[in-house]
Parts: sequence; C-alpha cells; structure tokens
Amino acid sequence: MWDYTDKVKILYTKPKNVGVIEDANAVGEVGSIVCGDALTLYLKIEDGIIKDAKFQTFGCGSAIASSSALTEMIIGKTVEEAEKITNRDIVEYLGGLPEQKMHCSVMGREALDKALANWRGEEIEEEAHEGEIVCQCFGVTDALIRKVIRENNLKSVEDITNYTKAGGACGSCIHKLEDILQEELKLQQSCADNPETGEKKKPLTNIRRMQLVNETIVDVIRPILQKDGGDIELLDVDGKKVYVALRGTCSQCVASMVTLKNLVEAKLREFVEDDIEVIEK
Amino acid sequence: MNKKTVYLDNNATTMVAPEVVEAMLPFYTERYGNPSSMHDFGGRVEKDIEWARHEVAQLLGAEHDYEIVFTSCGTEGDNFAISGVLSYFPNKRHIITTRVEHPAVLNLCKQYEREGYRVTYIPVDRQGNLDLDMLFDSVSEDTAIVSVMHANNETGVIHPVEKIGAFLRERGVLFHIDGVQAAGKIPINVANIPCDLYTISGHKFHAPKGVGALYIRRGTRIRPILYGGHQERGRRPGTENVAGIVGMGKAAELARKFLPEEERVKKLRDKLENEILARFPNVSLNGAKEQRVPNTTNVGFEYIEGEAILLYLNEMGIAASSGSACSSGSLEPSHVLRAMGVPFTSAHGSIRFSLSRYNTEEEIDYTLKVLPEVVDRLLEISPYWDNERKCGREIKV
Repeated sequence: MWDYTDKVKILYTKPKNVGVIEDANAVGEVGSIVCGDALTLYLKIEDGIIKDAKFQTFGCGSAIASSSALTEMIIGKTVEEAEKITNRDIVEYLGGLPEQKMHCSVMGREALDKALANWRGEEIEEEAHEGEIVCQCFGVTDALIRKVIRENNLKSVEDITNYTKAGGACGSCIHKLEDILQEELKLQQSCADNPETGEKKKPLTNIRRMQLVNETIVDVIRPILQKDGGDIELLDVDGKKVYVALRGTCSQCVASMVTLKNLVEAKLREFVEDDIEVIEK
Repeated sequence: MNKKTVYLDNNATTMVAPEVVEAMLPFYTERYGNPSSMHDFGGRVEKDIEWARHEVAQLLGAEHDYEIVFTSCGTEGDNFAISGVLSYFPNKRHIITTRVEHPAVLNLCKQYEREGYRVTYIPVDRQGNLDLDMLFDSVSEDTAIVSVMHANNETGVIHPVEKIGAFLRERGVLFHIDGVQAAGKIPINVANIPCDLYTISGHKFHAPKGVGALYIRRGTRIRPILYGGHQERGRRPGTENVAGIVGMGKAAELARKFLPEEERVKKLRDKLENEILARFPNVSLNGAKEQRVPNTTNVGFEYIEGEAILLYLNEMGIAASSGSACSSGSLEPSHVLRAMGVPFTSAHGSIRFSLSRYNTEEEIDYTLKVLPEVVDRLLEISPYWDNERKCGREIKV
C-alpha cells in the first residue's frame, strides 16, 4: 500500500475541478492510455490570468490528486506565476508523494507546460517516461539509466549514481545497475568493433544500410519484441525508409504505433542512421 | 479504517485461521524448546514438527512424510527446487519455464540467463493457456529442469501439470511445480502428478507468513541451497520455525477438511464475476473461464485505471488487487496480462478479486453494490470515456 498523505487521500476521493471547459483557450494533453497515465488539462485564460482550470485523468490515486492540486494552485494566477510552478510545488501542496509516484506531479507540470504552449501557439517536445523502475528510492528507470550511460559514456556504478541518483539512497539496486552497465559496455564494445557503425558521419552505401537494418532487427529489436510474444518482419528497405510488419501479439496490440516509433525506429536510428523512417505495412 | 474489511485479496495472503493461531500459541510461550535438544523439554517439540510434516504430506498426497521439507516461504521453495537441481547437474545448461510464472521463478531464471544458462519461456494464449507443443519441442538432452506453476496467481488459470509431467517423466527430465496458488484451493495429489518437486506456501491457505514447504519426491537428485546443521535431514538447515511449521500443519489439516467448501467459494466467485461482466459495458474477463481455481477472478475495465479503482474500493472497505502499472511499482502492467496479449488499455484497468472460505454472500452483494458507484465516478474523471460515448457506443444498463 502506498503511503499517501491525508491531503492526497482527500483529493483523490473528492477531486476538484474535474471535467472539460468547452470554450477553453489552452489545452494540454500528456501521457496516454497505453502508458497507464494520462492527463488532459483545460484552461480558460483571459488578460493573462487563468480564470478557470479543469482536468480529466486516466491514472492512479496520486495522478488524480496531483491533477486536482494543480488546478487549485493555478486558478486566479497570471500565466507568468503559473509558469513558475514546479512539480516540487505540487508535491508540497499535497504534503508529499511516495517516491515512486513523483512522476504524477511531473505529469501535472508537463500538462501545464503544454497547455501554456498551446495558448501561445507553440509546440514542445515530449520526453518519454518508459522502462522499468530500477531505483525505487528515486524512481529511476532502466531506460533513463541506459540513455545517460550512453550519452555520458559512463564506466562505473558510481558514475550512474552521480548522474541519475539511482543507487544513491538505500543501495538495494546496485547489483541491477551493475548488470545494466555491463550490458551497455558490452553493446558499446560490439559497436566499436564495427567501424562502420562506430562512424555514423560517413554516409552508408545502400547495401551496407540494408545489412545494418537487418542485423539490428534480428539482434536487437526482435529479442525485445519476442519477450512480449511479439515479432517483426522486415519487408523492404527503400533509401532511408524501412518497411516492416509487426507480428504475434504486437499485431493486435494497441500500443503498436508506440512500439514502432519508440522501439523499432529509435533502435534503427541508434544503430544504423539517425534519420531512418519506419513505416508499417 | 474502522469498518470491517471485505477481504477479497486472498491470493496475496489469507487470514490466519483461528484454529491455527491456537495451535501455534504454546510454541511462543511455554513450549519454546529447540527440537534438536537432547532434553525432553526441547525434544518433545520434534514430535509436533513431525505431526505437521505428516499433515502437509497428506495435503499433497505424498507417499512418505520425509518427502516434505519445510522452508521459509514460497520463494525459497522455488529457489531451492531450481537452484538445487541445477547445482546437482552442472553440465545441463537449459531451463524451461513459462512467461507467466511468479517473480520467484522468473527472476531466478533471468539471473541464470545472465550466468550463461539458456532459458526457454513458454508463451500463453489469450486465455492464459500454455503452448504445450512448444514446451514439448523445447525439451532436450541439455534440459536440467522444467518449472511450471500449477495455478496462476493473477488469473487463477490452472496449467495441465499432469500432462506435462507425464511427458517429462518419459524423457527423464526433472519437473518442478510452483503450487503456491493451488494448495488449499484444488485437490492436489502428487501420486497422480508426475512431478519431482512441488512448492507450497503456508500463508496462502490460512497458515501464517514465514513458512512454506517443498515436496521432494523420494530419490530426486537435488543439492541444498543452504548449508549448516542437520535439520530437515541436512536439506534445509537452520533451527526450525516451530510455531510456523505447526501452524502450517494445522492449516493443511483444515484445508483438507474444508476442500468441499471450495464449491461454495466458487459459487460466490461466479456470482461476483457474472454480475460484473453483465453490468459494465467496458469490462472483460482475463483468463480462461474453465480450468481455473475456484476463488479467483480477474476482470479488466477499459478507460479507468486499476490503482484508482483499488483506492476507491479501499475507501469503501473492500480489499482487492490490480495488475495495473501504477500498483506494481514499475511503469509496466502485469507481465502475466501482457503475456496473454491483453491490450494495455484494459491491463491498466485490471482488478483481481480472490476469495476464501471466510467470505460471505453479504460481502459479495456489498461489493456488487459499491463497484458501479466506483466505476461511474472514475469514468466521470476519465478523458477517454467521453470520447467513446461521443463515438456512439451504446451503454448497457
């Protein structure tokens, strides 16, 4: 059972500002039904002041409470004031959240960013929250750890802790960090062994690109999909367009579009070329 | 919470039966002796352990009492069985298990994979039934052990262990069954199940937490995973958890006596399940309807999130569980539901109700009364439900 504060319990039992603002002039949508967490925030902004805020959420107790808290905090505030609200402020308003639930407050902050960007007519880039939580204390996922290892060329568990906080509190996950690090180092080694993948700047020949696409699908992507009972078939490679078909459980999965973009395309961009486009046939 | 809890989470743990508590109490007070001692004060306790061993042997249909080795929990039993066999046969480097096992088996197998073992994870279909052909095809000379759960903890689906066991016995491959969710719910008779090892856990059938047992068929080649004294014939050294073992013995006796009660439990489960499926348009059953333990139902609600349902039920004094990502501490929904190919949308909204012989019809009626209120409140908040309604989908009443 999560250790929710009384404030969180009150707010998820009786959330305020639930619903849709029909004539909202700022809407922010984050998460998806597939991730298990989603929030749509509706704002009515007049003369730079947030006159009204409502939300709908698909999420757990702390997601409902965080959303409710956010709307209560921003109603009556100017856009400039609202911009300064951080996820820590939402957490404070709630009297705290369990560490594993911090992402719920982050989701509130992101929805607000998106809604304000929408109001200004801007687009903002999304950050993915994927993977499995490795460090319970700080809620750090394996996906983030791997990303940070790669981007910063980390070589030790201590480095991982310094960069992500993972393993810095109770230390129970250190053996998992070690495993992830070893896997990543092995992967780097195999990339370095292959000068053509190591050197991404040099344009690939068509035949080499096809080989690399096929190798990446067989060695990297397929094993991941097969863990979930899915599979992938490479149909064609046309220039930088890669045509694939998802098989097995992937073919009926509502998340297949996500899989296609976040996994298949991301891996191909990582191992082959950074402008590969994946198309499902 | 002051109200009495309607406890529908018996696959997580069960109430310790009052008779069990009573049987255990003397071992915490006047009968604290060590069964290994030479004096009568301790030595007499040994008799109580042997009585408990006999009761557990009876529950499983074991031919000899000494085939029962007491452990600390289900996880230890699973680890003992698999690691014990692997260390006996260091040259065999292949393990077969399923994608829907408990983490006690799955994570152990993953660790062996890291150490260089080959592990085959047998998939399941949409109803949670194992791909037996693949299991049979995967067996090779190199296979040290096959580990399959008797009943799944999340869906209650029962796997055909008799059939698997018969096939493996012919080929001389050792077979471990994780029977943690089967004991006390369905009759178990290892005389008719060709298995070599069978794990159970006390607290799943009204014994206390902290005690379990591994059935090791006579002659099975296995090494201990703990080394120490002579307790449990050296197979599981360490001073016995006497009170726990006695409690498990009593619980095993009661489980056999009350096995016919499971028919009543099944009726309650069916009532709950059928009315939920009939009442809500956005719900579906996870797992095969037949071939299930009588106490478990797992339903997936669409457009609403499982942990939120649990918390709202909790407010109303009802305890259940969910396979949603939020309630698991990871960001992904249950590995069992994913293996079955349940869409993420309803996996996130999955709820498991698991009953016991202590549940009453009033409790089920109360749950059926409260659930629609909870679901409606959450649909109200949901950003997806509205869209669906606008799309013109009909709502059954």
